[in-house]
Amino acid sequence: MFPLTLGHACIVSAIGEGQAATVSALRAGTSGLAPCRLQSVDLPIWVGEIPALDDLRLDPQFAGFDCRNNRLAELALRQDGFLAAASAAVARHGADRIGLFLGTSTSGIQQAEHAYRARDRLTGELPGWFDYARTQSTYSLARYLRARLGVVGPSMVVSCACASTAKAFANAARMIAAGRCDAAIVGGADSLCLTTLYGFQSLQLNAEGPCRPFDIARSGISIGEAAGFVLLENPSTDWTSAELDVRILGIGESNDAHHMSSPHPEGAGALLAMQRALAAAGLRADEIDYVNLHGTATRAGDDAEDRAVFALFGDRTHVGSTKGHTGHTLGAAGIVEAIIAMLSIRHGLRPGSPCTQRLDPSLRSRYAIAPTATPIARVMSNSFGFGGNNCSLILGGR
Amino acid sequence: MRIFIEAVGIAGPGLNGWREARAVLSGAASHVHADTTIAPILLLPPAERRRAGAVVRLAVGVGLDALAEAGRPAAEMATVFASSGSDGETIHQMLSVLTTDPRAMSPTRFHNSVHNAPSGYWAVATGSREPSTSLCAFDDSFLAGLVDATAQSITEARPVTLIAYDMPYPPPLHQSRPIVGAFAVALVLVANDHARTIGCLDIGAPGNDRSDHPTPTPMSVPALEHLRAGNPAARCLPLLARMARGEAGHVLLNGAAGSTLDIHFSPRGTS
Repeated sequence: MFPLTLGHACIVSAIGEGQAATVSALRAGTSGLAPCRLQSVDLPIWVGEIPALDDLRLDPQFAGFDCRNNRLAELALRQDGFLAAASAAVARHGADRIGLFLGTSTSGIQQAEHAYRARDRLTGELPGWFDYARTQSTYSLARYLRARLGVVGPSMVVSCACASTAKAFANAARMIAAGRCDAAIVGGADSLCLTTLYGFQSLQLNAEGPCRPFDIARSGISIGEAAGFVLLENPSTDWTSAELDVRILGIGESNDAHHMSSPHPEGAGALLAMQRALAAAGLRADEIDYVNLHGTATRAGDDAEDRAVFALFGDRTHVGSTKGHTGHTLGAAGIVEAIIAMLSIRHGLRPGSPCTQRLDPSLRSRYAIAPTATPIARVMSNSFGFGGNNCSLILGGR
Repeated sequence: MRIFIEAVGIAGPGLNGWREARAVLSGAASHVHADTTIAPILLLPPAERRRAGAVVRLAVGVGLDALAEAGRPAAEMATVFASSGSDGETIHQMLSVLTTDPRAMSPTRFHNSVHNAPSGYWAVATGSREPSTSLCAFDDSFLAGLVDATAQSITEARPVTLIAYDMPYPPPLHQSRPIVGAFAVALVLVANDHARTIGCLDIGAPGNDRSDHPTPTPMSVPALEHLRAGNPAARCLPLLARMARGEAGHVLLNGAAGSTLDIHFSPRGTS
């Protein structure tokens, strides 16, 4: 099933639009987090917001899809020459041989939030402009990309909370291996909405100030919005371009079987996912140069992940979380961090942790605060989510 | 792709349990409307049992039924959960609270609102740490789940249980997204034949949107056709009817964007 070529990629997050801006921010240690300015939100939280979404307009023929989440997907598609790469892939493979394996947690639910505020006072009905299928539905993202890119192969939206877009790589890998498609567009989008801001507040998981992964004073997450997509192909397809120098080497999935919204305290499920990813890649732990952690900066989450990572890697392997850059981008975290892993390999850059000030001495993994220029051959990227879903990806250079 | 079916779990209006449903779908018994059976999940600890909403109970219930029928431990089973809308009641409650001041969200309601809530409760109930995915393809969620679970079973050489489920949304969301009835189905899928399989499915090449679109296979009983057309999970009914009759043949299921996908069922011993 592996390796798979992870070629053309596009990304947008609070640290920038496109790969070049993302690399610059990672090198400089810039955080995209800021106090939340979203209209009507009265929470003392910081978020990773993308202000350009407010004024972004979809092409008029896709107006029915208009919602913050599809605008976010559109903004990502416009980066890094991805639209041209997708067209070329359609020409190369045929529109029906390209699958769409996307992920999101809340899709366009912000549109339903707007619609609920505009309910008819007498009848309670939602306003006529509300379009469930093209905005709120979890599948809306795939429906939009099908229309936008003209891709008609197998399509699905994986919604496994914060592991969604990491797990979508596994769905794509299986479908390519089973011969259902020759190439896949993998990725997704998750945008800021009241549902997640107030939801995480109700669980007391939102940080005061910017999130500080692995810090002794960490107090929770900062939610960010982001989107990214990659074109995934068999290495046999086209392995000559300098741009196609990174591959997916292995994927491991597991479940905590512990609790809906709290991680297993020993990180047992996380450890299993990492072990399965190494087994799928045929690699030993000491062959991984850098682990991009889930590292959301909750007390319990960082503690559990540290235990699992330390059990597997000890204190030899460099680990870090990039959530202080982008915020926790929820369902998009998997694709954002897979692309960051790709950029780390390509540019010889181990990212830092901009908002972390003083490391928690009870956490034992080799956590790096400062970004470092160093050759990186293989990266493990962890994404964990509500419902106990765990997914580890391993990416490697040629 | 060829996949073998070990067991079926089903809950729907007048289709509660594979024994009852098989009689109805084979034509041996007539369809009598009765509410869908949605029982508490006794495997869950009491606190989780109270928190588990109807959609969770519906989905987990058919999965457990199918695995009991297959005689396989749930803890060792990989799962694929497929649904268009997941828990509409919870989403409605949450959206309603967000229009009030203060926006006093319930933490339980928030974690129950995620699309993969049934998968999460399933893992807690069964203790399974095996991979579990939760996906959505709107009206085509059953088919997307079947293809994904089949690909997983074949490429990773392991049994996989597919659980597809959908329940109606409450008003006002119901007007924007009408779903008929409470329906769930579970299929225990294995890559290789053995003495206890029901039969096998040959899943045709992906349909494409360019050719003529043959209409999907309908149900002959009007109430069942209403359910098939109106509930994404119930799109499986023509397939289950073939299995209930033990009769080899083709069914056409809706694929994405108006296409159809051909699936051929062969009862055990005939493929």
